Amino acid sequence: MLELAIGIILCGCAIGAGLALIAGIGPGIGEGNAVAKACEAIGRQPESKGSVMSTLFIGCALAETTGVYGFVTGLLLMFVVPRMLVNILINALVANGVL
Amino acid sequence: MAHSSRFKITDALLIVMMILPLLTAIVIKILTNPESEGIAISGALVYFTIPMPKWDLPITESQVNSWLIMISILGLCLYLTHGLSPKAETKRQHLAEYIVTKTEELVHENMGEFFSGFAPFIGAILALSAFSSLSSLLGIFPPTSDLNVIAGWAILVFILITYYKLKCGFGYYIKSFTEPIALLTPFNIIGEIATPVSMTFRHYGNIVSGSVISALIAAGLRILSSWIFGWLPGAIGEFPFLRIGLPAILSAYFDVFSGCLQAFIFSILTMINISGGFDFDIYTARKNKKLSKKQKVN
Repeated sequence: MLELAIGIILCGCAIGAGLALIAGIGPGIGEGNAVAKACEAIGRQPESKGSVMSTLFIGCALAETTGVYGFVTGLLLMFVVPRMLVNILINALVANGVL
Repeated sequence: MAHSSRFKITDALLIVMMILPLLTAIVIKILTNPESEGIAISGALVYFTIPMPKWDLPITESQVNSWLIMISILGLCLYLTHGLSPKAETKRQHLAEYIVTKTEELVHENMGEFFSGFAPFIGAILALSAFSSLSSLLGIFPPTSDLNVIAGWAILVFILITYYKLKCGFGYYIKSFTEPIALLTPFNIIGEIATPVSMTFRHYGNIVSGSVISALIAAGLRILSSWIFGWLPGAIGEFPFLRIGLPAILSAYFDVFSGCLQAFIFSILTMINISGGFDFDIYTARKNKKLSKKQKVN
């Protein structure tokens, strides 16, 4: 029974990590748009390349945030949460006298 | 030029002060890190724990490394600024003046006149974050890839934000949560807490994602080169040839560029958040009111 419970925990964490990384779609589209507009702007005014590039980098790094949230959530679900949940489960079983 | 020999000794001592902590970090890393086959994505090692009444206080690799980096930056600052003359003569002084001028300009542009005293703080955060991320080039554990270190900085920034909001008056601070309508108060409170959380996760996530991708690609290239060159005899067959080159290019992006960019973003967000919550007009009105009250009492 314990193996099944731990298996369900690990399976759920892995699926959750996979779903969390869907968040990468948003920044991908957004940064693509930003770069496209920056290319247009540089094409129209090549002399403003420096300021456009620096603004673009800052904007991209800020737009990345949501993707990074997904990544951190995925990382937590892969490496931190399973151990924590299994510990909670085992402690609860020990407290109830099952184990 | 009577001082020149003394200055040279000081220079040498300060350069040693810059380099020695980093060497110490590398030596500690070599001595303490367990041998690991293949690629391991692991957190910071816990060197020892100090017993405390409620929780034990762990002293981790990232803490020790960040202290050593702080000492190193202190050495760099002292090296750049000792023996200054009123008119810049040495390259060292030109560099120091350039850094100070640029930092003050940045703070002035983003925060305004009132916060110009923030330049040392912003410079310190910028330097610490950038050097911490760059320290992974030396092979030591970068403190910025530990969530706790950056969370500490972000909590410091959060305290500063709240302090400067409270400077405009407690009533103003409470009232700012009910903007634009009282119905949105829970969301405003969540948004207030989300500021340090988002700053932490942005910096941490970017640095860690870089190291995870680098580790995955290094592992993949090892397997790929063992497939392609595995038929070669002896040690040549085991040597991962494909690992030469590509990881270096990735490291130039993920460690150098991304690390410096995230340091810059973190300091920009610090400046914007601190100066954004502070209303200068209300602050001056309140100050004038207090002053006039005091004069009346006197």
